[in-house]
Amino acid sequence: MSAFRNLSAKIAAINARYREPRIEMSRAVRVSLMVLRVYLLALVALMVYKFVMIVTQG
Amino acid sequence: MNFFAKLYYPLRKAWKAVRLYLVIAGPGIVVMVADNDAGGITTYAATGAKYGYHLIWFLLILIPVAYYVQEMTVRLGAVTKRGHAEAIFDGFGAFWGWFSLIDLLIVDWLTLVTEFIGMTAALGLFGVPPWITVVAVIVLMAVIVLNGRYWTFEKLALLFCALNLIYIPGAFLVHPSVRDVLHQGLIPNFAGGFNGELFFFLMANIGTTIAPWMLFFQQSAVVDKGMLEKDIPWGRFDTLLGSIVTVVVAVFIVIVTGTVLPGVDIDSAAQASQELMKTDRYVGTFLAIGLFDAGLLGAICISLASSWAFGEIFGWAHSLNTKIRQAPWFYATYFFTLVTAGLVVLIPQAPLVLITLFVQVIAVTLLPAALVFLILLLNDRKTMGERCNTPGQNLIGGVIVVSIIVLSTLYGFSVLFPNLFK
Repeated sequence: MSAFRNLSAKIAAINARYREPRIEMSRAVRVSLMVLRVYLLALVALMVYKFVMIVTQG
Repeated sequence: MNFFAKLYYPLRKAWKAVRLYLVIAGPGIVVMVADNDAGGITTYAATGAKYGYHLIWFLLILIPVAYYVQEMTVRLGAVTKRGHAEAIFDGFGAFWGWFSLIDLLIVDWLTLVTEFIGMTAALGLFGVPPWITVVAVIVLMAVIVLNGRYWTFEKLALLFCALNLIYIPGAFLVHPSVRDVLHQGLIPNFAGGFNGELFFFLMANIGTTIAPWMLFFQQSAVVDKGMLEKDIPWGRFDTLLGSIVTVVVAVFIVIVTGTVLPGVDIDSAAQASQELMKTDRYVGTFLAIGLFDAGLLGAICISLASSWAFGEIFGWAHSLNTKIRQAPWFYATYFFTLVTAGLVVLIPQAPLVLITLFVQVIAVTLLPAALVFLILLLNDRKTMGERCNTPGQNLIGGVIVVSIIVLSTLYGFSVLFPNLFK
């Protein structure tokens, strides 16, 4: 139990340490990260679709 | 006599440079040769069998592609003294950091399973049972990493890199027509026209040339080795040499299967070895040994990439220069990923083909993100200073990164939907 508590405390510390992105959020960086988000969401949606197709069609 | 006297000093200088390089040769050449892993060997063997020598020119194009991407990790590692995972956490915050780290862990573990599939299949051709291969590989890898010195690990890895060159004598043994290789291979052409199947092969070859773990491995290795900014030129040379060697090896595999197995559908490198053994025992044996070596080298680097990344983020000691007592978690994650991946291969009826396909799909989620972060980090003047990307480097790097993202995404789609390009 204490191992899990230690792990969650460690993860919380990591989240706190890296809360703010250090890189300057210029327009180019913001656009790149936004495109990346959209790309990844589309990819995940496609994988979920494929998974559902496999499950429903056997 | 005068001529030889004049030649003596330049030769001595050249030999001195070679010896110096052998001392400092490192992560660049290791990561590039390790990129010719079990999956890579299968792709090249299948490419040669399907298209003969016709796609050799395309493989040669991949030399600068691999070089430009990996060179950026050398600069980033040498300047920031941080691995790629830590650089992402630091640069883009915890969300993108966790995304990259967890994705890396999944991709690396799945790729590790494919390396074990390759190694067990390769030694299976010599009658070695899979469980012996798995146990032997784990013991061998323990010996390689547990010596407490990064330098020793690197030199042992270089030995396995040298064994990867076994395909070169193998190609000479099958007596290919040099004229055909030059005529068909070096002039850009699409044998049989540009169709869906050819496109699939082109994408597969690109997909095996740049893998996400390579970025994480090389940057962490640069840091663990203690490379400084002044070492960047050597790091660049090492990376360039590595990218040439990896493509040359790929070309020789294509020559072997293009000469001996034209028109044969190859599903795995082990199958190619078996087919080759029927025509030439030695060449088939060479291919099998090379497949085992490729899987082993890939496994060493991939499991290290994960352990380094975890150590960087969790703040554990994470250097090969430490003993197991000094860095227990670093070695624990290393062996955990290794042993579990090895055990999967031993499970009867395990969905190994599905895992192999799944690797390519999951890699597509990590590779674009890792490449975009790489370019953005290399443009952070505050951190990189004069080692920041120049406009020219951004143009070349940008074109390469966008091309890789588009092609690897299409490759991932083609794995998800096999009839897409047919």
